[in-house]
Amino acid sequence: MAILSTPASTVRLASQGRPLKEHLFRIALLASLAIAMIFLVVLLVYVVTQGWSRLDLNLIQNFPSLRAVNAATAGVLSGIMGTLWVVALTALMALPTGVLAAVYLEEYADKTKWYNRLIELNIANLAAVPSIVYGILGLGVISRGFGLGPSVITGAITLSLLVLPIVIIAAREAIKSVPPSIREGSLALGATQWQTIWRQVLPASVPGIATGSILALSRAIGEAAPFLLLGAATLVRFNPDGLDSSFSVLPVQIYNLITNSRPEVQVVGAAAIVVLLAILLLMNSVAIWLRNRYQKRW
Amino acid sequence: MTSGQRRLSAVATAAFVVSLAAACGGGGNSAATSPEASAPSSAGASEPAAGLSGEIKIDGSSTVAPLISVASEAFGEEQPQVKVPVGTSGTGGGFEKFCAGETDISNASRPIKDEEKTLCEGKGIKFTELTVATDALTVVVPKENTWAKCLTTAQLKKMWEPAAEGKVKTWKDVDAKFPAEPLKLYGPGADSGTFDYFTDEINGEEGASRKDYSPSENDNDIVNGVAGAKGGLGYFGFTYYEENMDKLTAVEVDSGSGCVAPSVEAAQGGKYTPLARSLFVYPSTTAVKRPEVAAFLDYLSANIGSLAKEAKFIPLNAEQEAKLKSDITALKAG
Repeated sequence: MAILSTPASTVRLASQGRPLKEHLFRIALLASLAIAMIFLVVLLVYVVTQGWSRLDLNLIQNFPSLRAVNAATAGVLSGIMGTLWVVALTALMALPTGVLAAVYLEEYADKTKWYNRLIELNIANLAAVPSIVYGILGLGVISRGFGLGPSVITGAITLSLLVLPIVIIAAREAIKSVPPSIREGSLALGATQWQTIWRQVLPASVPGIATGSILALSRAIGEAAPFLLLGAATLVRFNPDGLDSSFSVLPVQIYNLITNSRPEVQVVGAAAIVVLLAILLLMNSVAIWLRNRYQKRW
Repeated sequence: MTSGQRRLSAVATAAFVVSLAAACGGGGNSAATSPEASAPSSAGASEPAAGLSGEIKIDGSSTVAPLISVASEAFGEEQPQVKVPVGTSGTGGGFEKFCAGETDISNASRPIKDEEKTLCEGKGIKFTELTVATDALTVVVPKENTWAKCLTTAQLKKMWEPAAEGKVKTWKDVDAKFPAEPLKLYGPGADSGTFDYFTDEINGEEGASRKDYSPSENDNDIVNGVAGAKGGLGYFGFTYYEENMDKLTAVEVDSGSGCVAPSVEAAQGGKYTPLARSLFVYPSTTAVKRPEVAAFLDYLSANIGSLAKEAKFIPLNAEQEAKLKSDITALKAG
């Protein structure tokens, strides 16, 4: 941002007699950016061309089908609905918990105490744990231990645990970025710590928290590994109708469709990838919009 | 309310509404789903009572899943209130869930193992074995391969046995008559019933295989791997070969009484030894007491021929089909 906002005249002046090294560095920067962009474009073009013939309303209106008679109308409705159920429940469980944990760690925890430092270290480590490990946890403890079975609620709790460390870290960063002067001002005017947090700190950190949370949920939406372990079924021809319902999620269905031996089924898988990408891009756009809309500068 | 507070509650409300809308959308849309193309349902011998509801959880072998998925869909068109989700955790993974009481029916591409039986007995889960289709485990090579039209079981063992690891690297190592083309092996991973069956029949011990091959639970990977390497060789179920005949050649197998190509007739008639195998489903006897599960099994036995044809499986012969029917009748009575 800072470089872009430098006046053009200054840039022109500076570029005169610019050493070769600087040119090379610039090219290296552009090349790195190009690599990322090219792969994204190639991926998008590839899946859209692969799935183009089945990118229609049937895809989001009908249930999956392996029968040849339904080849032209099979969709991934149960996967979309399963994903929405699980992610909505995950948001309801993980966001409040994550934000409250972050408030504790930033505003209340005494960082000189060893147990608080241990908690911080553990949260940072948990954020890096592979999702399949959470799948094992979900299967062993939540599904079998608590007896919830391979249901929507099991999937949502597992995903909540998966995104919780990410939400906590994002929320902490957002809370940390609120200048201490705001807190001090509030306290000096006689507000209690609770009032300071609720009326000053949290509202000011909402954009950061919201952005971080949506990005964490975007990660959750793309997860297939924990669900494969939990036993989300691959052929599901009904939508979830409650917390204890069987379900499938979009990534699991995509995995199953793509690995099918019949080309017409693989096409549905490619089209489903486009749907998943569309949902992800939509969520990320909301995150960017929230950030820009509510960002505050001190 | 301060402006900051208003903003906080606005965002919180927005997030809440989005979540709720998503959750409610799930419930609301289920009623409005458009009907699927109706299928040519073959006349069932015993038409189950209309208006059943409930859920039949099925998991297990990915080899059997295409057949049971088609059955689940076709049954769902007759009984729209019965939910029949089908999972593909593999034969071993399926039995693990079945014996934990999480599923009602387990698909298997090999008979249940003794330790799995013990596991089920420990949980008080009783079951019956039903043979629903036949499979001819097919050994495939790419079209470019001109030398291996027929392989003996001894040659296959030489390629796949644990002792071959790091030693048998080219086709010449298998048989001096073959060219010195590098041998590239592809096969299913250790969680697969196909792997268990192949290693048992060819290497003489279940699970004993060389480890330096490319394993994949995804049969498409095996197809592409073998088709892309001149010296490639792999194995999987007959259905996959049928769908990829343009890319692959099936090797004839000689178990001592001449070369036999894998085919529907050879598998049904028991000539394709030792690689023809039965595919099973294991319903739990407790689950069969539920009317929807009994109705599903009735549907399966009444339509097994047409279902197998639609899913491109090798159908049961008349004798096996009669046995399936009597097994299901006995299961319901018991």
